[in-house]
Amino acid sequence: MFNHAQLALLQANVPGLPQHRIANIFRPLATPGASEKNIALLTLAITGVIFVVVAGLIIYTMWRFRRKPGDDEHQEPPQVYGSNQIEVAWTVIPILIVFVLIGVSARVIAGVENASPPASTTKVTLVGHQWWWEVDYPQFTVRTANEIHVPVSRDGNNATYLTLESQDVIHSFWVPQLGGKMDLIPNRQNFTWIDPREPGVYYGNCAEYCGTQHANMLLRVIAQEPADFNTWAANEAKPAVEDPSVSAQKAVYQSLSCVNCHTIRGTGSIGQFGPDLTHLMSRENIGAGVLTNTPEHLRAWVNDPQAIKPGCLMPSMKLTDKELDQVVAYLETLK
Amino acid sequence: MASIDYPLERPRHGEKTYSFSEALYSWVSTVDHKRLGLMYIVAALIFMIIAGIMAVVIRMQLMFPESHVVSPDTFNRLFTMHGTTMVFLLGMPMIAGFSNYFVPLMIGARDMAFPRMNAFGFWIFLFGGLLLYFSYIGGGGLGGAGSAPDVGWFAYAPLTSKAFSRGAATDYWILGILVSGVGSIASAINVIATTISLRCPGMTLSRMPMFVWVMLVDSWLILIALPPLNAAQIMLLMDRHLGSNFFETQAGGSAVLWQHFFWIFGHPEVYILIFPAFAILSEVIPVFSRKPIFGKPAMVGAVVAIGFISLGVWAHHMFAVGMTAWSNTFFAASSMLVGVPTGIKIFNWTATMYGGRIRYSTAMMYCCAFLLQFLVAGLTGIMLAVAPFDWQLHDSYFVVAHFHFTLIGGAVFGIFAGIYYWFPKVTGKLLSEKLGKWNFWLFVIGFNMTFLTLHFAGFLGMPRRIYTYAPDRGWDTINFIASVGAFIQAAAVACFVWNVLYTLKKGEPAGDDPWDGWTLEWATTSPPPEYNFEKLPVVRSSRPLWDLKHPQDPDWKYE
Ligand code: HEC
Ligand SMILES: [Cu+2]
Repeated sequence: MFNHAQLALLQANVPGLPQHRIANIFRPLATPGASEKNIALLTLAITGVIFVVVAGLIIYTMWRFRRKPGDDEHQEPPQVYGSNQIEVAWTVIPILIVFVLIGVSARVIAGVENASPPASTTKVTLVGHQWWWEVDYPQFTVRTANEIHVPVSRDGNNATYLTLESQDVIHSFWVPQLGGKMDLIPNRQNFTWIDPREPGVYYGNCAEYCGTQHANMLLRVIAQEPADFNTWAANEAKPAVEDPSVSAQKAVYQSLSCVNCHTIRGTGSIGQFGPDLTHLMSRENIGAGVLTNTPEHLRAWVNDPQAIKPGCLMPSMKLTDKELDQVVAYLETLK
Repeated sequence: MASIDYPLERPRHGEKTYSFSEALYSWVSTVDHKRLGLMYIVAALIFMIIAGIMAVVIRMQLMFPESHVVSPDTFNRLFTMHGTTMVFLLGMPMIAGFSNYFVPLMIGARDMAFPRMNAFGFWIFLFGGLLLYFSYIGGGGLGGAGSAPDVGWFAYAPLTSKAFSRGAATDYWILGILVSGVGSIASAINVIATTISLRCPGMTLSRMPMFVWVMLVDSWLILIALPPLNAAQIMLLMDRHLGSNFFETQAGGSAVLWQHFFWIFGHPEVYILIFPAFAILSEVIPVFSRKPIFGKPAMVGAVVAIGFISLGVWAHHMFAVGMTAWSNTFFAASSMLVGVPTGIKIFNWTATMYGGRIRYSTAMMYCCAFLLQFLVAGLTGIMLAVAPFDWQLHDSYFVVAHFHFTLIGGAVFGIFAGIYYWFPKVTGKLLSEKLGKWNFWLFVIGFNMTFLTLHFAGFLGMPRRIYTYAPDRGWDTINFIASVGAFIQAAAVACFVWNVLYTLKKGEPAGDDPWDGWTLEWATTSPPPEYNFEKLPVVRSSRPLWDLKHPQDPDWKYE
């Protein structure tokens, strides 16, 4: 079996960008994540105090009023039936605590949900597919997959707004260090926003069970300096690289049914079912994060995606070794 | 005046012996509430063991990153069947089982109000359960290899539509649950009718034991909550076979509509599942603390309040579907409010123990563990109700940890308390306390090892329902510990099964009233005769047997 994880660890990804693999919600690096962390800490503090007090009382009671060896078997303790004052006290105090939490929650909910996009914002349309993400940039006529490049937003003024849609079943967008989740629901549009404060690669997962390969529907947000982001977007907007040295290989690709499922802009490959391959080599990963994008991995993937991501919607194409070499050689020129 | 006309000492009848086929026939054809109750409980325990084995396989797969114990599809079927079984084939029949057995005994009745409907309820439930499991053979349709449903226990649309769920697996899920739900409804109607019309002379509603009160409210809740699920299931069946488009998003249907239907059922459902534990604790804690339940009117009020509020909190399962800020705020508020009556219950149980003389039998130890674990469950519930916090926690392992704290640390621990408490009444034999302690400690240790740690996996961004994960995400240690805990829990349950089998063969005779109890079931033989009471009892307080045992200081003087 392919041990992709170990290989993944060996591979350096986008040079220079820190990899935020540990998606700790208490280490947020964006505004929504930070306000969620603050309210989380407040909630933890309140519930923590309640826990210590109540658990302390329970344990004290358990210990203090245990039957001791010398006790008279037939002697019953005083029979107490209740006390209205006490009942009122332990009804009213929790209600007061709850009101505090409701007030704070209402403020954060409105703050995150009702934020409106500034004019300069980057817009992304994220479309969920069984088991990969289509990433569209309407402002740049760019379409990619599984890796969402966004400009870094140091002062919080350069947020990226995402429109969330789904092609098939429900998925959920969740990059914990940037913020909480929002579902991608078919036949409906949802919105969310992220503003990563530091350049880096932020890891996330599809967070709504969506079928066989839900586990391998991974997600990366790549936050770059605005200049780098613009360079990236400008390159992505171009049609596919035409490299005359691989025209024979390209012809092989064109002759296969790959073209029915994949788009390579500027060529006859116009399928919409699978990820856009126009600038495949600009991605760090393939298969929504199951493999890093290296020549060997690419070859393994095209050879038999079902061995790597069993159940995924790309069939094993049963290519001959020669065809495989040619197709992969062509794909590798798609910078 | 002070005398109650049923004797504490009762004559014993000679045991009859039956041949196997006679015995089988008598069980299959029985309408006796005790036998039906027992069959419900045994069936539920068997389903629990099956689903427990599934849980162990799930934990084996997740013990290490990138492992290949089972295939992705098998894994998805496992967690679907595990969840569905635990909720619908363990939780629901346990309610029916306990209430069937003990409600008539506790209110001094000879049977349930509708004995034959009762038998119908049990058999239809069992049929539904078997239908669900038949999917392993028939789920692929006639030509197919067969498979169980893999859509998750809340079966979100449109994953359940024909396009994404081929074969008949989802149909088995729908029909199995629908049919076994008929059983739950039948038994709920029966409990309501019985408590309303068959209480013995003197048993006013306010003197009704807490157990019966909670089961009554629980039955109402079942009656209100189950129909929306069944309606939605029928709509889904129509979508799949008759071309309607309620949830068919490809044809303009709504995926969110299913979620509303499901959780209008699903949220009350979690209270439905925890109520039997509430009922059991409210009997066991007083008896082993040697004090009456503290603040009974408040306890009844709290349970009714939980019932009502729980009908208005469903969308807290949907904070991430993109509802407006107003709806999110409303459901956050209502969800936090339901914590208040729940807190009242915990406080009152503690107050019942306070000043008592607590005897730590296994049953009582389960209750104590319940109190602490359910406290954790309640507090993590508050965290989930804080909608912005929930945007992070939703559908993560934190949620998995939270609801296992309510349903294992709460509901199952309560059920175990109940089994240790009433086993002597039902069988006439005392479960071994020594094996019981092993059972208890293994369970507590294993349970907390698994589910306390899993909260942290949620904090680190681990989503639920993934069959594999990469080693570089920081989840491996947590998952390893959680899996070891699961194996310990399995050992605990094995201990329990052994205890039951051993006791049935060699257990000590229990006598009629081994715990010095106060409610009417202890006033008949162990096991009780078919007619329960030779003479219908007459009661004057909430603790008729206390009155009888303490003629100088009866409860009715104070109530
Ligand atoms: C039936 C449609 C279909 C056909 C035919 C098909 N693919 Fe795919 N392909 C997909 C889907 C769907 C995915 C996404 C799989 C996933 O990540 O779950 C994919 C993924 C890929 C990827 C990874 C892209 C990324 O960024 O993750 C590559 C590369 C690829 N296909 C190449 C090919 C080649 C080369 C062929 C022809 C030999 C081919 N595909 C044929 C559907 C198809
Ligand atoms: Cu998904």
